[in-house]
Amino acid sequence: MKLTIEYYAILKEQRGRGSESLETPARKPAELYDELKARHGLSLDRTTLKVAVNEEFAEWDQPLHDGDTVVFIPPVAGG
Amino acid sequence: MGLNRFQISEIAIEPDTLRSELLNKVAGAYVSFEGWVRNHNEGASVQALEYSAYKVLAEKEGDRIIAEALDRFEIAGAAAIHRVGMLAIGDIAVWVGVGSAHRGPAFDGCRYIIDEIKERVPIWKRESYENGPDQWVNCAKGGLE
Repeated sequence: MKLTIEYYAILKEQRGRGSESLETPARKPAELYDELKARHGLSLDRTTLKVAVNEEFAEWDQPLHDGDTVVFIPPVAGG
Repeated sequence: MGLNRFQISEIAIEPDTLRSELLNKVAGAYVSFEGWVRNHNEGASVQALEYSAYKVLAEKEGDRIIAEALDRFEIAGAAAIHRVGMLAIGDIAVWVGVGSAHRGPAFDGCRYIIDEIKERVPIWKRESYENGPDQWVNCAKGGLE
């Protein structure tokens, strides 16, 4: 399955880029984050993040589909 | 800027313009909140500050917050805008304006909108300090402020 991943804030800094296309065996956002965290040494624990799929907040265990765009959302600090 | 909308802006926020746009459409009471860049955070001296956002989802979630405020409080209109990019001390980071027939709901609605923006909208803040490395505010603490 091919996915697009976008990175923001501290995750963007740690990944060294804002987005990437990726061929992955992950079937759920949770599996995808665990894979990327291990590969790139991302510091944030998944329990501190939210996730969005195709520009809407999503569940960690919902199925992903070919072509989806996934965004991991670090703790926010607006205002 | 649109009435009853939340917007991410790359350019400086101009409260007077925003205020008059809102007052053209609502009457009675008007309450606004401005969040300014401060020169210190938790004891550290801040030199510069950068906000970034996941713009599409930030504007969707911000619009939802304003819709909730319109639903929960007797307000006639509301709008909010948040800056992204490099900001200097004293710059306006966020502006919220609420118009209503009476002051009570205007205060309540404004408070609700800014509180929810801080809690829910995907915006991040990176601070540079006089002493010490840059830091993504709140990120490493797991969202506990």
